[in-house]
Amino acid sequence: MDGNLNALTTVFTEFYYWVTVVFMFLIHVGFCMYEVGASRRRNHMHTLMKNVMVIPLVTVTFFFFGWWIYWAFPMFPFFGGLNHEMGDANLPWSQTMGTNLQDRITGVFWAAFLLFSWTAASIVSGSVIERIRSSALWVHAVLIGSVWWIIDAAWGWHYGGWMVQYLGYHDAYASGVIHAIAGGYALGVIMVLGPRIGKFAADGTPRDIPPHNPWMLTIGIFLIYTGFWGFYAACNVPVIAPEVIDGQITGTTWTATNIYLAPTSLSAITFNFLMSLSGGLMAAYVVSKGDAFWTFSGGLAGVITASAGNDLYHPIQAMLIGAVGVVVVYKLHYWVERRFKLDDAVGAVAVHGYSGVVGLIIAGFVLWGAPSSPYEGYATINPLGQVAGAVIMFFVLGFVPGWAVAKMQSAAGVLRIPEEVELQGLDYAEHHAYEDAKTDVIEADKAYLASRATPAE
Amino acid sequence: MSTIGYEDWAVDLANVGPIYPFQGWEVAMTIVGVIFWIGWHRIQFVRESEHLEKARKMGDPDKIAKHLDRY
Repeated sequence: MDGNLNALTTVFTEFYYWVTVVFMFLIHVGFCMYEVGASRRRNHMHTLMKNVMVIPLVTVTFFFFGWWIYWAFPMFPFFGGLNHEMGDANLPWSQTMGTNLQDRITGVFWAAFLLFSWTAASIVSGSVIERIRSSALWVHAVLIGSVWWIIDAAWGWHYGGWMVQYLGYHDAYASGVIHAIAGGYALGVIMVLGPRIGKFAADGTPRDIPPHNPWMLTIGIFLIYTGFWGFYAACNVPVIAPEVIDGQITGTTWTATNIYLAPTSLSAITFNFLMSLSGGLMAAYVVSKGDAFWTFSGGLAGVITASAGNDLYHPIQAMLIGAVGVVVVYKLHYWVERRFKLDDAVGAVAVHGYSGVVGLIIAGFVLWGAPSSPYEGYATINPLGQVAGAVIMFFVLGFVPGWAVAKMQSAAGVLRIPEEVELQGLDYAEHHAYEDAKTDVIEADKAYLASRATPAE
Repeated sequence: MSTIGYEDWAVDLANVGPIYPFQGWEVAMTIVGVIFWIGWHRIQFVRESEHLEKARKMGDPDKIAKHLDRY
């Protein structure tokens, strides 16, 4: 860090990412609250622990190989080999992956990506509650969190990714690279997993399984909104000089950029986050006829739909795109549920998957011809590239691996809990132990009290 | 052709202002946005009136009394 300005910029950037990571922790808190609130009382602890253990499992695997994938895979395997130079610097035994006064950014940047990984895994976790084996979900969590999403990030969310270079793929705040892929993956898993007992009537009519605690859901989703705001900031480079970008930008004016190092501003994304959230909430309230949970989820879906282009949209465009996306995904959710008898317990496939796909496609039209990158020779943003990107995210890297791994788990008999356990509840054994322990302690306290009591004279 | 007015970033950012799509259409976009907002209020007034009209005929006196007791 030679020179005061460089030092200040580096420390500011380090602190900036650190703050976003802390904010993003709220996404996971929100997902945990949402899942527990949506589950029935007999499944609380297992539902919670299933998602809590995503944190350590994805963290350690993202340290061991996920982060390396991001830097090594931008052109691999279709348009070049592994990028050993960048990849090697991010291997777990690299000196930059530890306390190192020559590198103050890798740790916080790694952590920002890691929190995105938790989110990808947590999206899948919500859709499969009350009938998946935790051990099966944890394998999916590692695969979506530390393998599949980070491959898509290397391809389409990296300044040198082949999707950006050749397709003009643009996905500034991860409509596709987090949400479409996780929604597609969840769809693949629930197709194999099957619905919860009682979800469908004998004639195939879907039943609503209401949340046991609507207030937990409400607080949960508001925490997700808050964390999502931090996520938006985390997707930006806060301040960078044109000579550091080393692309086509001339002059000496420093700027914030998106993940592709193309100019945007924190102010722009603040406008657009709030306007797309509002458009989503308003449209969801109308289309769901005032259903509270669809309205809350619609706010999220509005942001997700607009996220691909929220670095560039006008706020009114962000609002309208968010609203359009919500109407499409709401209709699509119920059509898929009825047509294919799928039980997506928290609507994750719709809110994340369909919103992500719709958002990518809309961005292709609204941002048609805009530069996808500050580097020369890259394709510009276009509808075909965005559609291809949506297929790659939702289907190729999301649905197919989720379905295939779930099929293998099902064949091995380790995907779904036994029917008896599903009916008595996953927490039955814990509840039994809790009641026994409570009775035991009460009896012991009473016996102790009786032994100390002085008989009346 | 680019909807944001720039086909590449070979520019000096000191000379760049708005970069959102369809510059020059701000007033039209505002009109569309306001229609969306006003339309939303209109839909809600109509729907809520219908809902309240149905709801006023739905109440079971015994259940209402229990609700009052529950506070």
